[in-house]
Formats: sequence, C-alpha cells, structure tokens
Amino acid sequence: MLKVLFFGHLKEVIKTECLEIDLVQNGLQLKTVAMVRTYLQTKGEFWNEYLAYGKALVAVNQEMTSDDVVLHDADEIAFFPPVTGG
Amino acid sequence: MSHFTHISVQFEDFDFAHEYQKLQDSSNSDGAIVTFVGLVRDINLQQSISGLFLEHYPAMTEKALNKIIETAKAKWKLGSVSIIHRVGQLQVSDQIVFVGVTSQHRQSAYHANEFIMDFLKTQAPFWKKESTTQGEKWVEAKASDMDKAKNWQ
Repeated sequence: MLKVLFFGHLKEVIKTECLEIDLVQNGLQLKTVAMVRTYLQTKGEFWNEYLAYGKALVAVNQEMTSDDVVLHDADEIAFFPPVTGG
Repeated sequence: MSHFTHISVQFEDFDFAHEYQKLQDSSNSDGAIVTFVGLVRDINLQQSISGLFLEHYPAMTEKALNKIIETAKAKWKLGSVSIIHRVGQLQVSDQIVFVGVTSQHRQSAYHANEFIMDFLKTQAPFWKKESTTQGEKWVEAKASDMDKAKNWQ
C-alpha cells in the first residue's frame, strides 16, 4: 500500500487529505511517482487539473523529489502546491 | 556554552530577545550574529489582509529545515543556527519566522542567513492562506523566490 497525502489549496479543491492506494491498480503496478500522479488524475476534474505536473510538487518519505522516482511498498507520497512559507 | 542547531515548528509566538541571547551565549569565538524575522503584513497584491493561516506537513518540516541548515553549513563556516517557524492562525504584524546565524566574521553569517531564507521559501512545506475582505485566498508561490533560490547554485 502507498500512503498519499495532500496539502494546501490542492487538498481543499479535491476535498481529500489522505488516501491509501494499492501498488497495483487494474493489473498495472504503480512503479513511479509519475504513474501515481497519472492514476490519481483520473479521479475527477479537479484531480486532473490540480495534480498536473508543475502545478503539484511531490515528496516521497518526506523529501522533495521528482516524478521518475521508483516507489516501494509502504512509501509515503505527498502532493502539494509550490510552498509559501517564511 | 557551545554551538547548537535549533529547529522549531510551533503555534506559539517566540521571544526574539531570548532567541538572540541563546545565540550570543553559544560561543566566545563568534564575532557575528545575523538575524531575520518575517512578519504578517496587512496588505498583499493590493488586498487588505485581516489574518493569515499557516498550514504545514508535520512529518516533513523539520526534515526539510534540517536539510537547509546542513546545506548552509557545507557552504559556509558557521557557529550556531536557529530556525523557528510558526504555524496555525496568525494576525497582522505577528511574527512568522526567525532565522539566526552566528559565525566568526560577518560575511558568512549574512550570506548564510539569506541563503536559508531563500531556500526555506522554496523547499520548506508550509502554505499560507490569507483572510481578506473578499474571503480566504491561498498565497501563490512567487517566481522571484524560485529565481532567488536558483541564484545560489
């Protein structure tokens, strides 16, 4: 299972804070962040728009990373808008 | 009395004088302390702001701030470093963030403090939501902040 978290405006728009998803969806293994992103984008219009590459950044196991990163069971993935702290 | 690294993500306000004192007390061989404090402004993009909410990714914030500090320490010879970032509901003119750095001479402390803020602005998982007269609005990341962070490469 993968734990997926959402933050900021993205979280508000898709009305989802946290999801657990199977590594295998419809016989296809979600090997990379890119594949998880694409899979989640199919969940609806707002998901498609706000999870788009560039619009949503990604962290795996609490480290900012890129879409080509390979995932493993029990990984925590977070999608979020560009950060605005400080 | 020795060099320290302090990271805190907290709801409560911080006492600047207290944080400065800790930095000053940490070493007799550091001749420079540089501090930065970020405050909640009452106007942004011509809209009047009545409050600010800071959301964050709890499991990641300390990790990210630690990484920023480690990167700064690899670039400059530093003494003590302290970062405090508030989260939750804040009011206009409230303190949001404190970054304090000590070094033997001022150049490292000045540069490292600016570097830390530039990277915090692009790498630390916080998101600001403003309360305005026209409702609530998520702040958008600025291209200028991305550019500033890139300039350090």
